[in-house]
Amino acid sequence: MAKRAQPVTALQAAGGTLALLVVLVILGPLVAVLWRAEGLSDLRPADWAAIRFTLIQAALSAVVSCLAAIPVARALARRRFWGRSTFISLLGAPFILPVIVAVMGLLAIFGRSGWINSALNGIGAGNIEIYGLFGVVLAHVFLNLPLATRLLLQGWLAIPSERIRLARSLNFRERDMRRHFEMPLLAATLPGALLVIFLICTTSFAVALILGGGPAATTVELAIYQAFRFDFDLGRAAYLGLVQVAICVAAGLLAWRFARVSQFGGGLDRPAMRWPDDSTRARVTDRAVLVAAGLFLLMPLLAVSAQGVGAITGLPLSTWEAALRSVVLALASTALAVGLALPIALLIAGHAARAGLEGVGLLSIAVSPLVVGTGLFIIVFPIADPVALSLPITGLVNALVALPFLLRALVPAAAAAEASQGRLADALGMRGTARLRHAILPRLRRPLGFGAGLAAAFSMGDLGVIALFSAPGQETLPLEMYRLFGSYRTNDAQGAAVVLMALSLGLFWLFDRGGRVNAAA
Amino acid sequence: MLRLEDVTVRQGEFTLSLTLDVPKGARVALMGESGSGKSTLLSLIAGFTWPDEGSVWIDGADVSRATVAKHPMSILFQDGNLFPHLSVFQNVALGIEPSLKLHWEDQARVSEALEKVGLQGFERRKPAELSGGQQSRVALARMLLQDRPLVLLDEPFAALDPGLRRGMLELVATLCSETGQTLVMASHDLRDATRLCDHLVLLDGGAVVLNTPLAKAIADEPAVLKPWL
Repeated sequence: MAKRAQPVTALQAAGGTLALLVVLVILGPLVAVLWRAEGLSDLRPADWAAIRFTLIQAALSAVVSCLAAIPVARALARRRFWGRSTFISLLGAPFILPVIVAVMGLLAIFGRSGWINSALNGIGAGNIEIYGLFGVVLAHVFLNLPLATRLLLQGWLAIPSERIRLARSLNFRERDMRRHFEMPLLAATLPGALLVIFLICTTSFAVALILGGGPAATTVELAIYQAFRFDFDLGRAAYLGLVQVAICVAAGLLAWRFARVSQFGGGLDRPAMRWPDDSTRARVTDRAVLVAAGLFLLMPLLAVSAQGVGAITGLPLSTWEAALRSVVLALASTALAVGLALPIALLIAGHAARAGLEGVGLLSIAVSPLVVGTGLFIIVFPIADPVALSLPITGLVNALVALPFLLRALVPAAAAAEASQGRLADALGMRGTARLRHAILPRLRRPLGFGAGLAAAFSMGDLGVIALFSAPGQETLPLEMYRLFGSYRTNDAQGAAVVLMALSLGLFWLFDRGGRVNAAA
Repeated sequence: MLRLEDVTVRQGEFTLSLTLDVPKGARVALMGESGSGKSTLLSLIAGFTWPDEGSVWIDGADVSRATVAKHPMSILFQDGNLFPHLSVFQNVALGIEPSLKLHWEDQARVSEALEKVGLQGFERRKPAELSGGQQSRVALARMLLQDRPLVLLDEPFAALDPGLRRGMLELVATLCSETGQTLVMASHDLRDATRLCDHLVLLDGGAVVLNTPLAKAIADEPAVLKPWL
């Protein structure tokens, strides 16, 4: 078979080296955890309870998120209204919203002194208790309903408009549409959506940290944190780390196996046509669903903003210092993530074994960041003070967390650039930095900006590894916010939440916008 | 000038197998139906594909295993000849220096090439702001600056309307006459071939079925050429 004349470039070689380094940085700590884990058969009742709670809350969160997303996705697919595209774009916002801000918002609505409980008290009804299983599931639904909606909406939008036209010509009623279109598309998309959200909810440390806790509501990650932080029992933390990895890998493999798009065949990509049997009842139901979803997603953020804005000017100096620390950390972590992702993406884009190489990026999802942090602590502990290295280690882990998202954005664009103009660049002798500057980077600006924005927002909102390591004076803004909240300075915590939300969304916007300016098509 | 010696290229079920000599200054039309091997042959000459057997010689050098950059040729593709984010001036300047670090003499050469193809005053525009014919001329200007002994054309003007296509072919003919470059053009259209080329190579199923001066082929009307006449 004829060979393609394709010399390995310095950038691709760097990509290979960096990919190997990423594997080592993720698997090294895992090996350390394996080595440190003691008494593998010695699971305490509390550990079993944590495993049980992790699985139950993740399963409930996934089911409720997906069930709630079905009518929202259906309404978005069926209706054309002013602001629809903005509504769909906003569904992406919780992805970059710091989890602790979302939780703070939910507390403002559903907390003990929240709007709902105040209203219930007003009519003499009992209180809603947000701490425990209910709160954890509620927060996960808040964070994942938009994702579930987008995943399911893809299924609806994949129905070719020609098929809808055919259904109209055959005078399909709502039940016919359900039988011939919606049930098959849900059968195809729902298992994948359920498993993806289940996986996310098994690694949602910040939610469990704030709303969980106690024997009845401790997740495995929270148990790792407690073993580490309160008991300094590294062996137990390591052992729980292994359990967490097993859960993530199993959920990840299932999600990878079942996550697929619906199979209605190709259409001509015409705009979606009017749905058959567009009765008044269907229109009213769709509108009510969209208003309810909008309120559920917006009210907590509006509440925390309304209550926090007034507190900003009175925030203590330590909060502003933490904010500055977080921004610097986010920028460093973003630079590292981009520095790792770009050469690896170029390597993957030009490589036949693409799927295998993309797995490198997914490792950081399969191996929980908290476990990587635990492993890094175990490695660093005998030779240096891990607390003194808490910020660099947090930055490194944050960069690894962002890596799969950056690769997901960069690899298709790099492959497209190579496919459309790689030969031209070859023919013009464009290699090394000239090729990178003039042929590749201009085509990658948009996904690079988007990916860097995600990396910055993730790092800004991270409340994971930093909670394991940090000492006083090293707090990031989410950790500072958590401490303010823990010491009952709710007003200051809400002020910090507004600052954190503005910084996270602002950094994302800056990078994303920067990537779009003068971006090549 | 260009010699393909007993070359074989295997791509799945398809095999290209031929020997071909192109003298210096010749203008060869490569014709054949889709799947006959025209594009594979051009890829082989350009260095995008390496032969499984045999060797490729350009200007006396064996380039069978050389990278594309080491092949002394310029190539125009069917599409994607310009970088959309670069200006007309920058796209042409790539023909001199891929890093776009230009001396003032280089800048003068770019302007001169643009003038030759009638695009003076268009330097700052982006490709999207040009018509199809103007875009082709930008690529031609860059090809002029590359100043390579061999020019490969892979149906670069197929998307243009007949009038524009004729104009572009005449422009290429004029420019190649001035520079004395050797030219190999893949085409589906015998009229295009007669406007630019003096020699015809007809491919079928990966093999050469006709290799003759173009004027003779048109005069003799051999059976294999009938579908093209």
